Amino acid sequence: MTVPLESPAGGGGDAVAAPEALLRLDSVEVVYDHVISVLRGVSITVPEGAIVALLGPNGAGKTTTLKAISNLLRVERGDITGGEIHFRGERIDKLAPGDLVRRGIIQVMEGRRCFPHLTVHENLLTGSYTRKDGKAAVRSDLERVYGHFPALGERRRILAGFISGGEQQMLAIGRALMSRPAMVLLDEPSMGLAPQVVARIFSEVRQLNEEEGVTFLLAEQNANMALGVAGYGYILESGQIALEGTAAELHGNPAVREHYLGLSHAAAQSADEGGRAG
Amino acid sequence: MEFLWDFFVAPFLDMIDFPIFLAEVAVSGLLTGVMYSLVALGFVLIFKASQVFNFAQGAMVLFAALTLVGLIEHGLPIWGALPVTAIVMVGLAFAIERGMLRPLINQPPITLFMATIGLSFLLEGAGEWAWGSNVKALDLGIPNSPVDVGGMLLNEFDLIAALVAAVLVAALALLFQHTPMGRALRAVADDPQAALSLGISLRTIWIIVWSVAGIVAIVAGIMWGAKSGVQFSLSLIALKALPVLILGGLTSVPGAIVGGLIIGLGEKIAEVYWGPVIGGAIENWFAYMLAMLVLMFRPQGLFGEKIIERV
Repeated sequence: MTVPLESPAGGGGDAVAAPEALLRLDSVEVVYDHVISVLRGVSITVPEGAIVALLGPNGAGKTTTLKAISNLLRVERGDITGGEIHFRGERIDKLAPGDLVRRGIIQVMEGRRCFPHLTVHENLLTGSYTRKDGKAAVRSDLERVYGHFPALGERRRILAGFISGGEQQMLAIGRALMSRPAMVLLDEPSMGLAPQVVARIFSEVRQLNEEEGVTFLLAEQNANMALGVAGYGYILESGQIALEGTAAELHGNPAVREHYLGLSHAAAQSADEGGRAG
Repeated sequence: MEFLWDFFVAPFLDMIDFPIFLAEVAVSGLLTGVMYSLVALGFVLIFKASQVFNFAQGAMVLFAALTLVGLIEHGLPIWGALPVTAIVMVGLAFAIERGMLRPLINQPPITLFMATIGLSFLLEGAGEWAWGSNVKALDLGIPNSPVDVGGMLLNEFDLIAALVAAVLVAALALLFQHTPMGRALRAVADDPQAALSLGISLRTIWIIVWSVAGIVAIVAGIMWGAKSGVQFSLSLIALKALPVLILGGLTSVPGAIVGGLIIGLGEKIAEVYWGPVIGGAIENWFAYMLAMLVLMFRPQGLFGEKIIERV
């Protein structure tokens, strides 16, 4: 059986049909304030151990997609009005954020959102809030995070509000890792950071994926960077998946090159047919 | 000329001439200030963790004191009545989370503020309905008599009250700074949504802070109640806490404590030394005038949390 470009959209016995799918969204619809339709049937599959990129312009619904998964919509008056979300075969779209973190899904929100009046060390510890496996395990994970991000170790006693933007992004990722996640929903990690810093953060993401087997769903405007680490990508436009494919396919697609990678070509006249294909 | 002399010079000469009396006045002012701090502390805890300005804090003090006195009147010893009152206040925190905070989630702050005004009426009514509206005496068995401390005559009750307040504040500081729960509370105070994304339950945190504020209200209610009787006017000491909050900043626990001390100290000294010059009753308005001056020159309060912003 050949695997088509589209992910295997399961009907009945999902766990058997797609054993490798860690997370699956089936035509998820999200409405804000009961009237504003933001997601209009988004289907995404993230296999275990993968890095999947979610690309698209500002306002396309990338953040909303991630928040639909982590169930952070409610506090912003958003609601999932259609579709289903499954994690390891279990339906999760009705679970509270805390229950999701306990099951291994955690979101690193856009803008880093470190706690400015807590020290770097305390910020990391807040990530272990849901854990029940004892202090020793938490301590060894702390050292692991400091090992990945030595800059944080040097600043562990400093208030998080006073460290640099790149360090805050590392702290936000490290804080999420403290929950021992199977999957991290990483929202716009490149935002407002210098290119070298972005490169370092992305290489750290790749390392975490390879060495610790953490699965990532990565929402990014910086498509170039994202497709550099991701194996597969989805392009979201106006709340719908406009296109999907492996990183190589997307990289080769003229519409993607034109609109998302900033690589203008004479051959870009086919932009629209490609862009609306999905 | 004589007035200027009386106002600007004579009080200071008095202070220099009788330093022990000045010390007595200052210490008794600080001791009253401790009790203002306690009420203000309840406001700060709730505001930090849930961005709700809890107008009902005064009513909670009254409700706690009424419950305690009512239980004692029904024959419970004070050491039995205290834990029962604490359980009632924790139950109240659960009820407030379920009946007020949860339905009003995502509403603008002014809506929640209005809800707490409603809550204050509810609590005042419920307290008086359950325990009656007559003035009740709360006798703790602590003599309201002066004791000699290093040459100063101080009120024994005030000293004990200050000690209890100090222990309470130390316990709270320990809870906030050194426990996982305290860390979660501070995280929610900084960024509720980020805390939620880490699996910290906002509902649990709200129940905890409202419970802690309820416990603080019991302590404040006991002190004020023992001093001036348990009666409706207890709920008005919330108004006295407002200048403390303006002085100390709404988000600062140390600010609430120092703000209360400054106001207690200031109004006592003003009353004793300047009261005779301008006809007394300075204690009634001193706090508000001080608050107004602070608002003009330092609107975030003396200790209001600095907003950390990197540019």
